[in-house]
Amino acid sequence: MSAKPRFATVWLGGCSGCHMSFLDLDEWLLELAGRVDLVFGPLTDAKAFPPDVDITLVEGAVANEDNLELAHDLRANTKTVVSFGDCAVTGNVTSLRNLDGDTDRLLQRVYVDGPDRNGVLPSAEGIVPPLLPKVLPLHQVVPVDVYLPGCPPSAERIRAAVEQLLDGEPGDERAYGIRFG
Amino acid sequence: MAKTIDLFQVADEELEARSRFTCRIKTCASTACLSAGAGPVRTALEQAVAAAHAGHDIEVVPTGCMGLCSKGPLVRAEPRGASPTLFEQVTAEGGRAIAETFTGQRSEPDVTVLDESIPFFTQQRRVVLKSAGKINPDRLEDYVAEGGYRAVLTALTEMTPQEVIEVIRDSGLRGRGGAGYPTATKLGLLADAQGETKYVVANGDEGDPGAYMDRTIMEDDPHRVLEGIILAAYATGASQAYIYVRAEYPSAIERLERAIRDARRHGLLGRNILDNSFRLDVAVRIGAGAFVCGEETALMASIEGKRGTPSIRPPYPTERGLWGAPTMINNVETLANLPEIIAGGADAFASVGTGSSKGTKVFALAGKLQHTGLIEVPMGITLRTIVYDIGGGIPNGRSFKAAQTGGPSGGCIPAAHLDTPVDYESLRALGSMMGSGGLIVMDDTVSMPEVAKFFMEFCMDESCGKCVPCRAGTVQLHELLGKICDGKATRADLQLLESLSWTVRDTSLCGLGQTAPNPVFSTLHYFRNEYLDLVAGGR
Amino acid sequence: MANRRARPNGLNVTIDGVEMSAVEGESVLDVARRAGAAIPTLCYLDGLSVHGGCRVCLVEVDGEHAPRLACSTPVTDEMEVRTATEAITEHRRIVVELLFAEGNHICAVCVSNGSCELQDLASEVGMDHVRFPYQYPDRAADASHPKYVFDPQRCILCTRCVRACAEIEGAHVWDVAARGADSYLVTELNLPWGEAPSCTWCGKCVTVCPTGALAFKGRAIGEMEHDTDLVGFLARARTEGEWEGRS
Repeated sequence: MSAKPRFATVWLGGCSGCHMSFLDLDEWLLELAGRVDLVFGPLTDAKAFPPDVDITLVEGAVANEDNLELAHDLRANTKTVVSFGDCAVTGNVTSLRNLDGDTDRLLQRVYVDGPDRNGVLPSAEGIVPPLLPKVLPLHQVVPVDVYLPGCPPSAERIRAAVEQLLDGEPGDERAYGIRFG
Repeated sequence: MAKTIDLFQVADEELEARSRFTCRIKTCASTACLSAGAGPVRTALEQAVAAAHAGHDIEVVPTGCMGLCSKGPLVRAEPRGASPTLFEQVTAEGGRAIAETFTGQRSEPDVTVLDESIPFFTQQRRVVLKSAGKINPDRLEDYVAEGGYRAVLTALTEMTPQEVIEVIRDSGLRGRGGAGYPTATKLGLLADAQGETKYVVANGDEGDPGAYMDRTIMEDDPHRVLEGIILAAYATGASQAYIYVRAEYPSAIERLERAIRDARRHGLLGRNILDNSFRLDVAVRIGAGAFVCGEETALMASIEGKRGTPSIRPPYPTERGLWGAPTMINNVETLANLPEIIAGGADAFASVGTGSSKGTKVFALAGKLQHTGLIEVPMGITLRTIVYDIGGGIPNGRSFKAAQTGGPSGGCIPAAHLDTPVDYESLRALGSMMGSGGLIVMDDTVSMPEVAKFFMEFCMDESCGKCVPCRAGTVQLHELLGKICDGKATRADLQLLESLSWTVRDTSLCGLGQTAPNPVFSTLHYFRNEYLDLVAGGR
Repeated sequence: MANRRARPNGLNVTIDGVEMSAVEGESVLDVARRAGAAIPTLCYLDGLSVHGGCRVCLVEVDGEHAPRLACSTPVTDEMEVRTATEAITEHRRIVVELLFAEGNHICAVCVSNGSCELQDLASEVGMDHVRFPYQYPDRAADASHPKYVFDPQRCILCTRCVRACAEIEGAHVWDVAARGADSYLVTELNLPWGEAPSCTWCGKCVTVCPTGALAFKGRAIGEMEHDTDLVGFLARARTEGEWEGRS
């Protein structure tokens, strides 16, 4: 086992903009790579969420059953869970579908009544996860330790937050600021 | 032009007229009995008397509430020179039988007699409800025969306004609307206020779930309310008064309006009241039934025809009230105490009650009791006496769990505190309050978080929406309580419930929001285990 | 500011330990702002009557058992005020959370993203997430007016628009309907805004809106900037004849 902190990022119901902003950290990513072991993320080839993770950044809201399962998995295996970006923190754009509240009607409108050429509801058991009745912010599903709102949080704020976590003093938002949107 | 009434002559004539009847049959025409079918009972009584051509001997008198509403419709036969009989759960058939008994057509009616020596009646002390259930509220003469309007006569002819306030101060009367503010202090504030026009407002916007004290007072003895208003106006120099009644009380509105017309016709309202230089006009203002309009600033906005939302105090109504003029708002029951205080004297009034809570209090007794209804009890009576003597204890072999006083602003009092005297300070010390007089008794089948949720739903529905903590906070408190009741809450939810309750209490604009968390606080205080059990059962 | 009136009685007021002199008639907010205390406000706006609905300007006053509103509480002599105690800070945060939870405040797609008083307030009070479940009310926007849009999803019912329209423009197009959590703003007697004959198209309601609920038509995300100083300027210009200071 390596002595470096085990670091993961997770992409739930979101646009991946937060990950893009994370990638905007450019050369600092190399420095980060030297300080942590990246054990899970959209670009890693892991099938299941690994054990004993120190820090997990979670982008996106909990929108479907896969998201829900992964949220519980990551919580069970992570010391410090970071709600990363507005979708994870508030539900944000992902949660706009809650205004209607009826998932069947929503799917019908998008895949059948809408411009989709196939005109059928997507269904593939075990592959396409069913939607949850409501999109939820991460903290309404599992306990969250640190909140980093923003749509997306700027690269500088992400860096400030991650550095603080690596230095072992999480949760002082004065370092990285609070900003929604 | 009004012809001034001679109170003594009218009273004599009225008593003389009454004595000509061999029997007077009183039939409750108050809302509770009417909804239980008192209307057909009265018709049956009247028809039976008419059929027997006994109209000269037997008088059928529609009265207000006789108290034991759970046994209604009630009919009370008062034969001359014999003891009266109270009949319970009278049907039209029973009404006819009662009438026929006193016309001599049958020996006795097949109607259950209600024993008036049970504690429900004997433990009461009726001051405000002195004439309720005894007189026809639609007849001014009935009220005058009971000594009505003598207090106004005394005040106008023998006392200065300041003296009236002093007598009320000596009586120790405090506001019956809930908070218990000393009435004389309030009167003094309005008396001292400078203004061309001053207003007195009687607050009859009773809205607590299960409470109907004020409705009963207004329906059953409207002239007592008017007399109280006249006394308050005289004491303070007010020339216009309003009675604010919610639209859901149609018979109270009708009877008050009739009482106002009759009083004006007899020189008891208008210019030169009882031939003195004092003038006062009274008008009824009808509210649309929003609970928040019982709050005085919202009530005034509603009277002015505006949206019924509260505003920030200060300025207090006595500084700047209706249309910017000094205004005093008193609860109907408070005002209805004034005639007895002026007529009977401060000492007699203050001889009832405890050190700081004088007189009596009317309660609407409801819930899991043998006897429910409207009661008036001396301040300082214990809850135990109310529950086990007056209320006759808990039915169905269950046991007492809690008494809820003060409605959605109040709290639940557990069995351990049954011996607490009912007065303003004692109830507050228990985390509840006197409130306007709702008293709901719960047995051991009741879940206290459910009770808290019930009252929170009420506050949520009744929030006017002006301030954020009440508008949005009650919604969240209700949702949290629902989650707890459903067994889906965590410890963190319970903590959030508590901290949100503090915020709603400390930061809401008016009394509605400030007191909305009280049922949460008091059930958490006395029944925390019930919450913990539900939370532990959750995830 | 020039002193136009005869000098009223001077008062000594302490704000967060700072001794200030004040004059009778000033509010706690007036004096606290001079003292440099950062008391947040939402429904309060210079130039409009005091509403007292948002409750975020609450402060602690010595001798008072509950917090008082800075905007509506007049200062008194020897008053001691604390503007940012732990309890006050927690109350403010909860109130802001309640506002976010009751509407549909999706900053990322809002016209006022970046110039929104509610968004700023969230940062100010340290609200990094909302602990209460979002209510997701279903509220339809009114885009019937040729120049302006009203999106009630972003409305916090501060009634600045109601007051600006009634008190400064004198039109009283806006008002609040229904009650409690169902409360919503109406134009005219619940006519679509574009059909409201009393609307003068002056746009004052739009300038005073603290959020993106009222906006100029055609603005994209983040493009709407309000002009909340306008009504204060107009009010002073009219009552005190002070027309300088704005171009």
